[in-house]
Amino acid sequence: MSEEKYVPKTKLAEWFDSRLPLLSLSHHLKSYPTPKNLNYWWTFGGILTFCLITQIVTGIILAMHYVAHTEHAFASIEHIMRDVNYGWLMRYVHSNGASMFFLAVYIHIFRGLYFGSYKAPREMIWIIGLAIYLLMMATAFMGYVLPWGQMSFWGATVITNLFSAIPLIGESVTNWLWGGFSVDNPTLNRFYSLHYLLPFLTFGLVILHIWSLHIPGNNNPVGIDVKKGSNETMPFHPYMVMKDLTALLAFLLLFFAFVFFLPDFLGHPDNYIPADPLITPAHIVPEWYLLPFYAILRAIPSKLGGVIFMFASIFVLVGLPWLDSSKVRSATFRPIYKKFFWVLVITVILLGYLGAKPPEGIYLILARIGTAYYFIHFLILLPLLGRYEKTDPLPMSISDPVLDKPGALDKFKEMAGKYEGENVGTFK
Amino acid sequence: MTNKIEPKRRNFLFTATYTIGAVGLGAAVWPLVDQMNPDASVKALSTTEVDVSSIEPGKEITVLWRGKPIFIKRRTEKEISEAAKVNLKDLKDPEKDSDRAKNPEWLVMIGVCTHLGCVPLKNKGEYKGWFCPCHGSHYDTSGRIRKGPAPTNLEIPKYEFVDNNTIKIG
Repeated sequence: MSEEKYVPKTKLAEWFDSRLPLLSLSHHLKSYPTPKNLNYWWTFGGILTFCLITQIVTGIILAMHYVAHTEHAFASIEHIMRDVNYGWLMRYVHSNGASMFFLAVYIHIFRGLYFGSYKAPREMIWIIGLAIYLLMMATAFMGYVLPWGQMSFWGATVITNLFSAIPLIGESVTNWLWGGFSVDNPTLNRFYSLHYLLPFLTFGLVILHIWSLHIPGNNNPVGIDVKKGSNETMPFHPYMVMKDLTALLAFLLLFFAFVFFLPDFLGHPDNYIPADPLITPAHIVPEWYLLPFYAILRAIPSKLGGVIFMFASIFVLVGLPWLDSSKVRSATFRPIYKKFFWVLVITVILLGYLGAKPPEGIYLILARIGTAYYFIHFLILLPLLGRYEKTDPLPMSISDPVLDKPGALDKFKEMAGKYEGENVGTFK
Repeated sequence: MTNKIEPKRRNFLFTATYTIGAVGLGAAVWPLVDQMNPDASVKALSTTEVDVSSIEPGKEITVLWRGKPIFIKRRTEKEISEAAKVNLKDLKDPEKDSDRAKNPEWLVMIGVCTHLGCVPLKNKGEYKGWFCPCHGSHYDTSGRIRKGPAPTNLEIPKYEFVDNNTIKIG
């Protein structure tokens, strides 16, 4: 099914659309051709859009009750939790929503890694996606500071001190970030301002992300180009909309299981202690979604080196479309890459685990091995695999892997036969 | 002739306009950037006076100066001699103890780990000085980094003895 051009049905629609083509846009979004073999891993884009909107809506509501001042911030959060009508719900949806947002984004990123969605002609989608991910991390970090608990304060101290590792100008940069000589009220105020701003920038980037997606169209699990204007694609609405909604409902079950039954499970109990600049908690840990990077930071036995490696671990992904030179997109047809992909997944999860442990003994050794492997994967293994890996033969069409299975055609005929006489017509 | 001069004149005018424009833009952006730097009210809190008469040898107090904890430690003879006899070659950031404590009995330091800004714990670590729980930096009885990721010794703020019992920090 290919995309037809929008034809206005009424004079009014024609008048409007020729002046502002919103109706054409709406028509495009509905009829946008999607490969018919997209699996459930492809539903996370929609889930992520839902997450962003949820965070913006609950965030705007929380901002109506929150006070960004060191003397009042902690108390205003408790006020939201205890006094404001449904305040507890808004805050728990917002705080767990951040975790769910990251859970979904990690699945979305690893889906891209597995199926080679970052490869030509989709490099821009990937790079904009990474920019969104960076903004998400900055936003989440600043949001975690706002309750002004012990983890807020000391997390902010540790992360802003990363910039003091910059030679020569490090101290001026940190003082500029803080608006003082330590994390204090000016810091809290500006973090609040930026925490409110960045999600809207993210929203703008999401539009660019989707725009750049709609130029080449979706990748798919087989990873070969679909023939537009053939029966290999289906219109986005209602087919993908329904599939996305089904996945979203399943996702919401998990989301609200946390909100209602384990609302503080993903947070740290120390953040229910008001911030105290004189006492550092025995063990500072970031939120779970930043732990792999924290492990990399601590694995390097030098302050500047740790900071460089931590940032490099994200920026190396920008080069991925060129580091992975294999022409085959989907790992399904890359027997060796497929194995290394899972090693990478395990490594990142292991780094996440180690990020929550003290940096000593076996934990430190494992973190160093994990860090080394992470960079080896992207900088050495992928370029080598692109050159030497023997890939499996690609099917001619995205339909082939399904139809080529023995007996598949008969099964389809039988299935279609059951619906014969309803609305389906004759199966050929 | 005029045909040849015209484009040159134009090029000059364009370049001059871009340059003036860039300077003007820079001047307009600077206040937007500089407003984030420490403001007058923050800078005004630049000195703190501390009465240290009640601190006994071996004890330490922590006071707040510019939002940062300041360790004021009255060291014992043993701690002073331990700090003094360390070989400078064993140090990551070589500094003599006598350069760090104007009066060897009193050690005044910014209690902020030079790694990533946590507050080190007193009387802990392998060198009996301070230990940072965040990422495992060990400091000796002179507050010098001995082991762990911190790059430099605990910083010494500007301070002076106003009289025998009072230290002015800042």
